[in-house]
Amino acid sequence: MTITLFAFYVFATLAVGAGLLVVVARNPVHSVLWLILTFFSVAGLFVLMGAEYIAMLLAIVYVGAVAVLFLFVVMMLDVDFSELRGSIANYFPMGALIGVILLMELGLVYGHWNFSEAAQALRQSPTPDLVQAHNTLALGQVIYTDYIYLFQTSGLILLVAMIGAIVLTMRHRPDIKRQSVIAQMHRDPAKTMELKDIKPGQGL
Amino acid sequence: MAEFFASNFGIFLIMVGQALLVTVFLLVSAMFLVYGDRKIWGAVQMRRGPNVVGPWGLLQLMADFLKYLVKEVIIPAGVDKPVYLLAPLLALVLPMAMWAVVPFDETWILSDLNVAVLYIFAIGSLEVYGVIMGGWASNSKYAFLGALRSAAQMISYEVSIGFIIVGLIISTGSLSLVDIVKAQEGSYGFLNWYWLPHFPMVFLFFISALAETNRPPFDLPEAESELVAGYQVEYSSTPFLLYMIGEYFAIWMMCALTVLFFFGGWLSPIPGLPDGAIWMVLKMAFFFFMFSMVKAIVPRYRYDQLMRIGWKVFLPLSLAWVVIVAALSFYDGADQNLGGFYARWTVEAEG
Repeated sequence: MTITLFAFYVFATLAVGAGLLVVVARNPVHSVLWLILTFFSVAGLFVLMGAEYIAMLLAIVYVGAVAVLFLFVVMMLDVDFSELRGSIANYFPMGALIGVILLMELGLVYGHWNFSEAAQALRQSPTPDLVQAHNTLALGQVIYTDYIYLFQTSGLILLVAMIGAIVLTMRHRPDIKRQSVIAQMHRDPAKTMELKDIKPGQGL
Repeated sequence: MAEFFASNFGIFLIMVGQALLVTVFLLVSAMFLVYGDRKIWGAVQMRRGPNVVGPWGLLQLMADFLKYLVKEVIIPAGVDKPVYLLAPLLALVLPMAMWAVVPFDETWILSDLNVAVLYIFAIGSLEVYGVIMGGWASNSKYAFLGALRSAAQMISYEVSIGFIIVGLIISTGSLSLVDIVKAQEGSYGFLNWYWLPHFPMVFLFFISALAETNRPPFDLPEAESELVAGYQVEYSSTPFLLYMIGEYFAIWMMCALTVLFFFGGWLSPIPGLPDGAIWMVLKMAFFFFMFSMVKAIVPRYRYDQLMRIGWKVFLPLSLAWVVIVAALSFYDGADQNLGGFYARWTVEAEG
Protein backbone atom coordinates (compact mmCIF):
# COMPACT_ATOMS: atom_id res chain seq x y z
CA MET A 1 0.00 0.00 0.00
CA THR A 2 1.47 3.33 -1.00
CA ILE A 3 1.43 6.32 1.33
CA THR A 4 -1.09 8.11 -0.89
CA LEU A 5 -3.48 5.19 -0.72
CA PHE A 6 -3.03 4.94 3.04
CA ALA A 7 -3.68 8.68 3.39
CA PHE A 8 -6.77 8.34 1.19
CA TYR A 9 -8.23 5.62 3.40
CA VAL A 10 -7.47 7.61 6.55
CA PHE A 11 -9.13 10.78 5.23
CA ALA A 12 -12.05 8.92 3.66
CA THR A 13 -12.79 6.94 6.82
CA LEU A 14 -12.52 10.09 8.90
CA ALA A 15 -14.82 12.00 6.57
CA VAL A 16 -17.51 9.33 6.53
CA GLY A 17 -17.22 8.50 10.23
CA ALA A 18 -17.28 12.14 11.31
CA GLY A 19 -20.15 12.81 8.91
CA LEU A 20 -22.13 10.05 10.56
CA LEU A 21 -21.33 11.41 14.00
CA VAL A 22 -22.62 14.86 12.96
CA VAL A 23 -26.07 13.29 12.74
CA VAL A 24 -25.76 10.90 15.64
CA ALA A 25 -24.10 13.14 18.25
CA ARG A 26 -26.46 14.10 21.08
CA ASN A 27 -24.91 17.46 21.82
CA PRO A 28 -25.35 19.98 18.95
CA VAL A 29 -22.01 21.60 19.69
CA HIS A 30 -20.35 18.21 19.29
CA SER A 31 -22.20 17.86 15.99
CA VAL A 32 -20.65 21.07 14.71
CA LEU A 33 -17.20 19.95 15.88
CA TRP A 34 -17.63 16.68 13.98
CA LEU A 35 -18.76 18.68 10.98
CA ILE A 36 -15.50 20.61 11.15
CA LEU A 37 -13.56 17.33 11.17
CA THR A 38 -15.55 16.23 8.12
CA PHE A 39 -14.68 19.43 6.23
CA PHE A 40 -11.08 19.02 7.20
CA SER A 41 -10.87 15.41 6.02
CA VAL A 42 -12.49 16.38 2.73
CA ALA A 43 -9.86 19.10 2.34
CA GLY A 44 -7.28 16.35 2.81
CA LEU A 45 -8.94 14.33 0.06
CA PHE A 46 -8.75 17.34 -2.26
CA VAL A 47 -5.03 17.63 -1.57
CA LEU A 48 -4.62 13.97 -2.53
CA MET A 49 -6.41 14.68 -5.81
CA GLY A 50 -3.88 17.42 -6.55
CA ALA A 51 -6.42 20.22 -6.06
CA GLU A 52 -4.53 22.00 -3.30
CA TYR A 53 -6.10 25.38 -4.05
CA ILE A 54 -9.64 24.06 -3.57
CA ALA A 55 -8.53 22.26 -0.43
CA MET A 56 -7.17 25.44 1.13
CA LEU A 57 -10.29 27.39 0.13
CA LEU A 58 -12.47 24.70 1.71
CA ALA A 59 -10.51 25.00 4.93
CA ILE A 60 -10.59 28.81 4.91
CA VAL A 61 -14.21 29.33 3.90
CA TYR A 62 -16.04 26.39 5.44
CA VAL A 63 -13.92 25.58 8.48
CA GLY A 64 -12.70 29.09 9.17
CA ALA A 65 -15.88 31.05 8.55
CA VAL A 66 -19.06 29.02 8.04
CA ALA A 67 -18.44 26.51 10.83
CA VAL A 68 -17.53 29.29 13.27
CA LEU A 69 -20.87 30.89 12.46
CA PHE A 70 -22.67 27.56 13.05
CA LEU A 71 -20.82 27.10 16.30
CA PHE A 72 -21.77 30.57 17.50
CA VAL A 73 -25.43 30.02 16.67
CA VAL A 74 -25.57 26.57 18.24
CA MET A 75 -23.78 27.68 21.40
CA MET A 76 -26.14 30.62 21.80
CA LEU A 77 -29.32 28.64 21.20
CA ASP A 78 -31.18 27.79 24.33
CA VAL A 79 -33.08 24.78 23.07
CA ASP A 80 -33.60 21.58 24.96
CA PHE A 81 -32.37 19.16 22.34
CA SER A 82 -33.11 16.03 24.33
CA GLU A 83 -36.79 17.02 24.29
CA LEU A 84 -36.69 17.51 20.54
CA ARG A 85 -35.11 14.11 20.14
CA GLY A 86 -37.89 12.46 22.07
CA SER A 87 -40.39 13.23 19.34
CA ILE A 88 -38.19 11.80 16.59
CA ALA A 89 -40.59 8.86 16.15
CA ASN A 90 -43.33 11.27 15.02
CA TYR A 91 -41.22 12.72 12.25
CA PHE A 92 -39.47 9.55 11.13
CA PRO A 93 -42.11 8.23 8.64
CA MET A 94 -42.37 11.59 6.88
CA GLY A 95 -38.58 11.96 6.71
CA ALA A 96 -38.16 8.43 5.41
CA LEU A 97 -40.82 9.06 2.74
CA ILE A 98 -39.05 12.21 1.52
CA GLY A 99 -35.75 10.35 1.50
CA VAL A 100 -37.14 7.49 -0.56
CA ILE A 101 -38.76 9.89 -3.06
CA LEU A 102 -35.49 11.79 -3.49
CA LEU A 103 -33.59 8.54 -3.98
CA MET A 104 -36.08 7.39 -6.63
CA GLU A 105 -35.83 10.72 -8.43
CA LEU A 106 -32.06 10.51 -8.44
CA GLY A 107 -32.32 6.98 -9.84
CA LEU A 108 -34.67 8.14 -12.61
CA VAL A 109 -32.40 11.03 -13.56
CA TYR A 110 -29.31 8.87 -13.51
CA GLY A 111 -30.97 6.18 -15.65
CA HIS A 112 -31.70 8.65 -18.44
CA TRP A 113 -28.45 10.60 -18.30
CA ASN A 114 -26.77 11.11 -21.64
CA PHE A 115 -23.41 12.71 -22.11
CA SER A 116 -23.03 14.80 -25.23
CA GLU A 117 -20.19 13.69 -27.46
CA ALA A 118 -18.56 17.09 -27.18
CA ALA A 119 -19.03 17.45 -23.39
CA GLN A 120 -15.70 16.01 -22.38
CA ALA A 121 -13.78 18.14 -24.87
CA LEU A 122 -15.69 21.29 -23.86
CA ARG A 123 -15.03 20.67 -20.19
CA GLN A 124 -11.30 20.37 -20.68
CA SER A 125 -10.82 23.15 -23.22
CA PRO A 126 -9.94 26.08 -20.95
CA THR A 127 -7.63 24.07 -18.69
CA PRO A 128 -3.96 24.23 -19.57
CA ASP A 129 -1.79 21.19 -19.13
CA LEU A 130 -0.50 20.64 -15.58
CA VAL A 131 3.03 20.78 -16.95
CA GLN A 132 2.54 24.37 -18.10
CA ALA A 133 0.82 25.75 -15.02
CA HIS A 134 -0.04 24.50 -11.54
CA ASN A 135 -3.70 24.50 -10.72
CA THR A 136 -3.82 27.81 -8.83
CA LEU A 137 -2.51 29.59 -11.90
CA ALA A 138 -4.81 27.60 -14.18
CA LEU A 139 -7.85 28.45 -12.07
CA GLY A 140 -6.83 32.09 -12.01
CA GLN A 141 -6.65 32.17 -15.77
CA VAL A 142 -9.99 30.47 -16.22
CA ILE A 143 -11.81 32.66 -13.69
CA TYR A 144 -10.14 36.03 -14.14
CA THR A 145 -9.11 35.97 -17.78
CA ASP A 146 -11.26 33.61 -19.84
CA TYR A 147 -14.57 33.92 -18.00
CA ILE A 148 -14.19 37.26 -16.24
CA TYR A 149 -17.67 38.52 -17.20
CA LEU A 150 -19.44 35.42 -15.90
CA PHE A 151 -17.40 35.62 -12.71
CA GLN A 152 -18.18 39.29 -12.22
CA THR A 153 -21.87 38.65 -12.85
CA SER A 154 -22.05 35.94 -10.23
CA GLY A 155 -20.27 38.28 -7.83
CA LEU A 156 -22.85 40.97 -8.57
CA ILE A 157 -25.70 38.54 -7.91
CA LEU A 158 -24.23 37.74 -4.50
CA LEU A 159 -23.81 41.45 -3.81
CA VAL A 160 -27.45 42.11 -4.69
CA ALA A 161 -28.52 39.28 -2.38
CA MET A 162 -26.44 40.75 0.41
CA ILE A 163 -27.80 44.26 -0.08
CA GLY A 164 -31.32 42.83 -0.19
CA ALA A 165 -30.81 41.04 3.13
CA ILE A 166 -29.44 44.19 4.72
CA VAL A 167 -32.25 46.39 3.37
CA LEU A 168 -34.90 43.94 4.57
CA THR A 169 -33.54 43.69 8.10
CA MET A 170 -32.19 47.16 8.77
CA ARG A 171 -34.40 49.41 10.84
CA HIS A 172 -33.16 52.86 11.48
CA ARG A 173 -34.41 53.99 14.85
CA PRO A 174 -34.08 57.73 15.32
CA ASP A 175 -35.01 57.58 19.01
CA ILE A 176 -31.83 55.85 20.16
CA LYS A 177 -28.82 57.77 21.30
CA ARG A 178 -25.80 56.89 19.18
CA GLN A 179 -22.10 57.47 19.56
CA SER A 180 -20.40 59.74 17.10
CA VAL A 181 -16.82 58.59 17.06
CA ILE A 182 -15.57 61.64 15.19
CA ALA A 183 -17.19 63.95 17.73
CA GLN A 184 -15.68 61.90 20.55
CA MET A 185 -12.23 62.10 19.06
CA HIS A 186 -12.44 65.86 18.60
CA ARG A 187 -13.44 66.61 22.14
CA ASP A 188 -11.20 69.13 23.77
CA PRO A 189 -10.46 68.72 27.49
CA ALA A 190 -10.35 72.47 27.94
CA LYS A 191 -13.94 72.84 26.73
CA THR A 192 -15.51 69.81 28.35
CA MET A 193 -13.88 69.89 31.76
CA GLU A 194 -13.86 72.55 34.35
CA LEU A 195 -11.50 72.42 37.31
CA LYS A 196 -12.74 74.11 40.42
CA ASP A 197 -10.76 74.94 43.45
CA ILE A 198 -12.97 74.25 46.44
CA LYS A 199 -12.04 75.55 49.83
CA PRO A 200 -12.26 73.04 52.68
CA GLY A 201 -15.46 73.27 54.60
CA GLN A 202 -17.41 74.91 51.76
CA GLY A 203 -19.57 73.32 49.17
CA LEU A 204 -19.98 74.39 45.61
CA MET B 1 24.90 6.02 3.18
CA ALA B 2 23.72 8.04 0.19
CA GLU B 3 21.56 5.15 -1.03
CA PHE B 4 20.03 4.77 2.41
CA PHE B 5 18.84 8.37 2.44
CA ALA B 6 17.38 7.96 -1.04
CA SER B 7 15.29 4.96 0.04
CA ASN B 8 11.75 5.41 1.30
CA PHE B 9 12.68 4.83 4.91
CA GLY B 10 15.64 7.18 4.63
CA ILE B 11 13.48 9.97 3.21
CA PHE B 12 10.99 9.39 6.00
CA LEU B 13 13.80 9.66 8.57
CA ILE B 14 15.05 12.88 6.99
CA MET B 15 11.55 14.37 7.07
CA VAL B 16 11.05 13.47 10.72
CA GLY B 17 14.50 14.84 11.52
CA GLN B 18 13.77 18.15 9.81
CA ALA B 19 10.42 18.47 11.54
CA LEU B 20 12.10 17.77 14.89
CA LEU B 21 14.74 20.38 14.15
CA VAL B 22 12.10 23.07 13.56
CA THR B 23 10.20 21.95 16.67
CA VAL B 24 13.31 22.17 18.82
CA PHE B 25 14.05 25.62 17.41
CA LEU B 26 10.48 26.64 18.25
CA LEU B 27 10.54 25.26 21.79
CA VAL B 28 13.90 26.84 22.61
CA SER B 29 12.85 30.15 21.12
CA ALA B 30 9.50 30.03 22.97
CA MET B 31 11.43 29.69 26.23
CA PHE B 32 13.55 32.75 25.54
CA LEU B 33 10.63 34.67 24.09
CA VAL B 34 8.74 34.44 27.37
CA TYR B 35 11.92 35.41 29.20
CA GLY B 36 12.55 38.31 26.81
CA ASP B 37 8.95 39.44 27.10
CA ARG B 38 9.12 39.58 30.87
CA LYS B 39 12.56 41.20 30.87
CA ILE B 40 11.54 43.94 28.40
CA TRP B 41 8.29 44.51 30.22
CA GLY B 42 10.22 44.76 33.48
CA ALA B 43 12.74 47.20 32.02
CA VAL B 44 10.00 49.52 30.76
CA GLN B 45 8.39 49.54 34.19
CA MET B 46 11.82 50.02 35.86
CA ARG B 47 11.77 46.60 37.48
CA ARG B 48 14.36 43.89 37.04
CA GLY B 49 12.19 41.13 35.69
CA PRO B 50 13.22 37.50 36.30
CA ASN B 51 16.76 37.48 37.70
CA VAL B 52 17.02 34.73 40.31
CA VAL B 53 17.02 31.32 38.58
CA GLY B 54 20.26 30.76 36.66
CA PRO B 55 22.55 33.49 35.32
CA TRP B 56 20.52 36.69 34.68
CA GLY B 57 17.43 34.65 35.37
CA LEU B 58 17.80 32.83 32.05
CA LEU B 59 16.59 29.53 33.49
CA GLN B 60 13.45 31.06 35.00
CA LEU B 61 11.36 29.62 32.19
CA MET B 62 12.82 26.13 32.71
CA ALA B 63 11.64 26.36 36.30
CA ASP B 64 8.23 27.62 35.18
CA PHE B 65 7.79 24.84 32.62
CA LEU B 66 8.73 22.25 35.22
CA LYS B 67 6.26 23.74 37.65
CA TYR B 68 3.45 23.61 35.08
CA LEU B 69 4.26 19.98 34.32
CA VAL B 70 4.39 18.63 37.88
CA LYS B 71 1.33 20.48 39.15
CA GLU B 72 -1.92 18.59 39.42
CA VAL B 73 -4.28 18.90 36.48
CA ILE B 74 -7.54 20.16 37.92
CA ILE B 75 -10.57 19.38 35.81
CA PRO B 76 -13.59 21.24 37.16
CA ALA B 77 -16.86 19.37 37.61
CA GLY B 78 -19.36 19.97 34.82
CA VAL B 79 -16.86 20.48 32.02
CA ASP B 80 -17.21 18.69 28.73
CA LYS B 81 -14.12 16.58 29.27
CA PRO B 82 -13.08 15.52 25.74
CA VAL B 83 -13.56 19.01 24.30
CA TYR B 84 -12.02 20.59 27.38
CA LEU B 85 -8.82 18.58 26.93
CA LEU B 86 -8.78 18.80 23.14
CA ALA B 87 -8.93 22.61 23.08
CA PRO B 88 -5.45 23.33 24.51
CA LEU B 89 -3.99 20.64 22.25
CA LEU B 90 -5.46 22.41 19.23
CA ALA B 91 -4.16 25.71 20.53
CA LEU B 92 -0.64 24.26 20.55
CA VAL B 93 -0.66 22.04 17.47
CA LEU B 94 -2.14 24.53 14.99
CA PRO B 95 0.42 27.33 15.44
CA MET B 96 3.11 24.64 15.25
CA ALA B 97 1.68 23.24 11.99
CA MET B 98 2.00 26.67 10.39
CA TRP B 99 5.78 26.50 10.67
CA ALA B 100 5.88 23.73 8.08
CA VAL B 101 5.86 26.28 5.27
CA VAL B 102 8.05 29.00 6.77
CA PRO B 103 11.34 29.38 4.88
CA PHE B 104 14.31 30.27 7.07
CA ASP B 105 16.57 30.39 4.04
CA GLU B 106 16.04 29.78 0.36
CA THR B 107 16.24 26.00 0.85
CA TRP B 108 15.73 25.76 4.63
CA ILE B 109 12.05 24.97 4.52
CA LEU B 110 10.08 21.88 5.43
CA SER B 111 7.70 22.10 2.51
CA ASP B 112 7.73 24.73 -0.23
CA LEU B 113 4.00 24.67 -1.01
CA ASN B 114 2.82 26.65 -4.00
CA VAL B 115 -0.18 27.71 -1.91
CA ALA B 116 1.83 28.44 1.25
CA VAL B 117 0.08 31.74 1.95
CA LEU B 118 -3.33 30.08 1.74
CA TYR B 119 -2.10 27.24 3.95
CA ILE B 120 -1.05 29.71 6.62
CA PHE B 121 -4.36 31.46 6.27
CA ALA B 122 -6.30 28.19 6.53
CA ILE B 123 -4.47 27.01 9.64
CA GLY B 124 -4.68 30.50 11.09
CA SER B 125 -8.45 30.49 10.69
CA LEU B 126 -8.59 27.18 12.57
CA GLU B 127 -6.79 28.65 15.56
CA VAL B 128 -9.98 30.27 16.72
CA TYR B 129 -11.37 26.80 17.60
CA GLY B 130 -8.82 26.33 20.39
CA VAL B 131 -10.28 29.44 21.97
CA ILE B 132 -13.99 28.76 21.37
CA MET B 133 -13.80 25.12 22.41
CA GLY B 134 -11.86 25.98 25.55
CA GLY B 135 -14.30 28.69 26.52
CA TRP B 136 -17.40 26.62 25.83
CA ALA B 137 -16.21 23.36 27.36
CA SER B 138 -15.16 25.05 30.60
CA ASN B 139 -18.84 25.50 31.46
CA SER B 140 -18.13 28.86 33.05
CA LYS B 141 -19.65 32.21 32.17
CA TYR B 142 -16.40 34.13 32.34
CA ALA B 143 -14.57 31.68 30.13
CA PHE B 144 -17.44 31.67 27.66
CA LEU B 145 -17.60 35.46 27.46
CA GLY B 146 -13.86 35.62 26.98
CA ALA B 147 -14.02 33.01 24.22
CA LEU B 148 -16.79 34.87 22.36
CA ARG B 149 -14.89 38.13 22.51
CA SER B 150 -11.70 36.50 21.42
CA ALA B 151 -13.32 34.63 18.52
CA ALA B 152 -15.04 37.75 17.19
CA GLN B 153 -11.78 39.64 17.43
CA MET B 154 -9.69 36.98 15.68
CA ILE B 155 -12.20 36.61 12.84
CA SER B 156 -12.44 40.39 12.31
CA TYR B 157 -8.73 40.93 11.97
CA GLU B 158 -8.21 37.87 9.79
CA VAL B 159 -10.20 39.68 7.10
CA SER B 160 -7.94 42.72 6.98
CA ILE B 161 -4.80 40.54 7.15
CA GLY B 162 -6.19 38.64 4.17
CA PHE B 163 -6.61 41.79 2.10
CA ILE B 164 -3.14 43.05 3.01
CA ILE B 165 -1.70 39.74 1.81
CA VAL B 166 -3.71 39.95 -1.43
CA GLY B 167 -1.82 43.14 -2.29
CA LEU B 168 1.51 41.37 -1.81
CA ILE B 169 0.35 38.43 -3.90
CA ILE B 170 -0.63 40.77 -6.73
CA SER B 171 2.84 42.29 -6.62
CA THR B 172 4.56 38.91 -6.51
CA GLY B 173 2.33 36.85 -8.76
CA SER B 174 2.76 33.78 -6.59
CA LEU B 175 1.37 32.28 -3.40
CA SER B 176 4.64 30.71 -2.38
CA LEU B 177 6.50 32.31 0.54
CA VAL B 178 9.86 31.59 -1.10
CA ASP B 179 8.74 33.46 -4.21
CA ILE B 180 7.47 36.37 -2.13
CA VAL B 181 10.89 36.75 -0.52
CA LYS B 182 12.74 36.23 -3.80
CA ALA B 183 10.66 39.01 -5.36
CA GLN B 184 12.12 41.37 -2.77
CA GLU B 185 15.69 40.63 -3.79
CA GLY B 186 17.54 43.45 -5.53
CA SER B 187 20.68 45.52 -5.63
CA TYR B 188 19.51 48.16 -3.14
CA GLY B 189 19.37 45.95 -0.05
CA PHE B 190 16.57 46.88 2.31
CA LEU B 191 15.17 49.47 -0.11
CA ASN B 192 14.03 46.62 -2.35
CA TRP B 193 11.84 45.04 0.29
CA TYR B 194 8.07 45.25 0.20
CA TRP B 195 7.81 47.66 3.15
CA LEU B 196 8.55 50.51 0.77
CA PRO B 197 6.06 49.85 -2.06
CA HIS B 198 3.45 48.61 0.43
CA PHE B 199 4.31 51.18 3.05
CA PRO B 200 0.99 51.89 4.79
CA MET B 201 0.17 48.19 4.97
CA VAL B 202 3.19 47.46 7.18
CA PHE B 203 1.52 49.28 10.05
CA LEU B 204 -1.88 47.77 9.35
CA PHE B 205 -0.35 44.31 9.26
CA PHE B 206 1.55 44.83 12.49
CA ILE B 207 -1.52 46.13 14.33
CA SER B 208 -3.71 43.35 12.89
CA ALA B 209 -1.09 40.84 13.98
CA LEU B 210 -1.32 42.20 17.53
CA ALA B 211 -5.10 41.80 17.46
CA GLU B 212 -4.97 38.40 15.80
CA THR B 213 -2.68 36.99 18.49
CA ASN B 214 -4.68 38.63 21.29
CA ARG B 215 -1.69 40.66 22.42
CA PRO B 216 -2.04 43.93 24.28
CA PRO B 217 -3.42 46.51 23.53
CA PHE B 218 -6.01 44.10 22.12
CA ASP B 219 -5.89 41.46 24.89
CA LEU B 220 -9.62 41.77 25.56
CA PRO B 221 -10.16 38.01 25.81
CA GLU B 222 -8.11 37.98 28.97
CA ALA B 223 -8.76 41.50 30.17
CA GLU B 224 -7.83 40.70 33.73
CA SER B 225 -9.68 43.65 35.21
CA GLU B 226 -13.04 42.53 33.77
CA LEU B 227 -12.88 38.88 32.84
CA VAL B 228 -10.32 37.28 35.20
CA ALA B 229 -8.42 35.46 32.45
CA GLY B 230 -10.85 34.93 29.61
CA TYR B 231 -11.15 31.51 28.02
CA GLN B 232 -8.24 30.08 30.01
CA VAL B 233 -9.72 30.73 33.42
CA GLU B 234 -10.61 27.11 34.18
CA TYR B 235 -7.31 25.72 32.94
CA SER B 236 -4.40 24.84 35.16
CA SER B 237 -1.00 23.15 34.96
CA THR B 238 -0.18 21.37 31.67
CA PRO B 239 -3.28 22.36 29.64
CA PHE B 240 -2.63 25.97 30.60
CA LEU B 241 1.00 25.54 29.60
CA LEU B 242 -0.13 24.33 26.16
CA TYR B 243 -2.28 27.44 25.74
CA MET B 244 0.58 29.67 26.76
CA ILE B 245 3.17 28.08 24.48
CA GLY B 246 0.65 28.05 21.64
CA GLU B 247 0.14 31.76 22.10
CA TYR B 248 3.86 32.44 21.94
CA PHE B 249 4.22 30.22 18.86
CA ALA B 250 1.48 32.24 17.17
CA ILE B 251 3.21 35.50 18.10
CA TRP B 252 6.56 34.21 16.83
CA MET B 253 4.77 33.12 13.67
CA MET B 254 3.36 36.62 13.18
CA CYS B 255 6.90 38.02 13.59
CA ALA B 256 8.10 35.58 10.93
CA LEU B 257 5.25 36.55 8.60
CA THR B 258 5.97 40.28 9.01
CA VAL B 259 9.58 39.59 8.11
CA LEU B 260 8.74 37.37 5.14
CA PHE B 261 6.06 39.65 3.72
CA PHE B 262 7.56 43.08 4.23
CA PHE B 263 11.17 42.81 5.36
CA GLY B 264 12.81 40.44 2.95
CA GLY B 265 13.02 37.19 4.95
CA TRP B 266 16.55 35.86 4.83
CA LEU B 267 17.87 38.66 2.58
CA SER B 268 20.55 40.88 4.04
CA PRO B 269 19.64 44.55 4.47
CA ILE B 270 23.01 45.82 3.20
CA PRO B 271 23.88 44.88 -0.40
CA GLY B 272 27.43 43.62 0.25
CA LEU B 273 26.68 41.22 3.11
CA PRO B 274 25.73 37.56 2.49
CA ASP B 275 22.10 36.50 2.92
CA GLY B 276 21.24 33.81 5.43
CA ALA B 277 18.92 32.39 8.05
CA ILE B 278 20.64 34.53 10.69
CA TRP B 279 19.06 37.66 9.17
CA MET B 280 15.66 36.01 9.32
CA VAL B 281 16.00 35.20 13.00
CA LEU B 282 17.45 38.62 13.83
CA LYS B 283 14.58 40.41 12.10
CA MET B 284 12.04 38.16 13.81
CA ALA B 285 13.64 38.96 17.17
CA PHE B 286 13.42 42.66 16.36
CA PHE B 287 9.71 42.40 15.64
CA PHE B 288 9.18 40.42 18.80
CA PHE B 289 10.86 43.30 20.63
CA MET B 290 8.30 45.62 19.03
CA PHE B 291 5.48 43.31 20.16
CA SER B 292 6.82 43.46 23.73
CA MET B 293 7.24 47.20 23.71
CA VAL B 294 3.67 47.66 22.54
CA LYS B 295 2.52 45.42 25.35
CA ALA B 296 4.46 47.48 27.88
CA ILE B 297 3.54 50.93 26.61
CA VAL B 298 0.01 51.01 25.17
CA PRO B 299 -3.17 50.92 27.27
CA ARG B 300 -5.91 48.44 26.45
CA TYR B 301 -8.56 49.22 23.84
CA ARG B 302 -12.25 49.21 24.59
CA TYR B 303 -14.15 46.40 22.89
CA ASP B 304 -16.28 48.60 20.62
CA GLN B 305 -13.21 50.62 19.63
CA LEU B 306 -11.45 47.40 18.70
CA MET B 307 -14.33 46.26 16.52
CA ARG B 308 -14.68 49.69 14.94
CA ILE B 309 -11.02 49.95 14.02
CA GLY B 310 -11.11 46.44 12.54
CA TRP B 311 -14.22 46.74 10.41
CA LYS B 312 -14.54 50.45 9.71
CA VAL B 313 -10.92 51.53 9.41
CA PHE B 314 -8.66 48.62 8.54
CA LEU B 315 -11.02 46.77 6.22
CA PRO B 316 -11.81 49.73 3.89
CA LEU B 317 -8.17 50.86 3.93
CA SER B 318 -6.79 47.45 3.02
CA LEU B 319 -9.52 46.94 0.43
CA ALA B 320 -8.67 50.29 -1.16
CA TRP B 321 -5.01 49.33 -1.09
CA VAL B 322 -5.74 46.13 -3.02
CA VAL B 323 -7.36 48.21 -5.76
CA ILE B 324 -4.50 50.73 -5.78
CA VAL B 325 -1.84 48.02 -5.92
CA ALA B 326 -3.70 46.22 -8.68
CA ALA B 327 -3.81 49.43 -10.73
CA LEU B 328 -0.15 50.25 -10.06
CA SER B 329 0.97 46.71 -10.86
CA PHE B 330 -1.05 46.73 -14.05
CA TYR B 331 0.49 50.05 -15.09
CA ASP B 332 3.95 48.83 -14.10
CA GLY B 333 3.20 45.58 -15.89
CA ALA B 334 5.36 43.87 -18.44
CA ASP B 335 6.78 47.19 -19.70
CA GLN B 336 8.16 48.00 -16.24
CA ASN B 337 6.80 51.57 -16.40
CA LEU B 338 7.58 52.01 -12.73
CA GLY B 339 10.87 50.13 -12.96
CA GLY B 340 9.35 46.91 -11.62
CA PHE B 341 8.64 48.58 -8.28
CA TYR B 342 5.15 47.07 -8.00
CA ALA B 343 5.06 44.33 -10.63
CA ARG B 344 7.61 41.73 -9.61
CA TRP B 345 6.12 38.67 -11.23
CA THR B 346 8.36 35.68 -11.05
CA VAL B 347 5.81 33.45 -12.75
CA GLU B 348 5.27 34.36 -16.38
CA ALA B 349 1.52 34.89 -16.81
CA GLU B 350 0.20 34.40 -20.29
CA GLY B 351 -2.97 35.61 -22.00
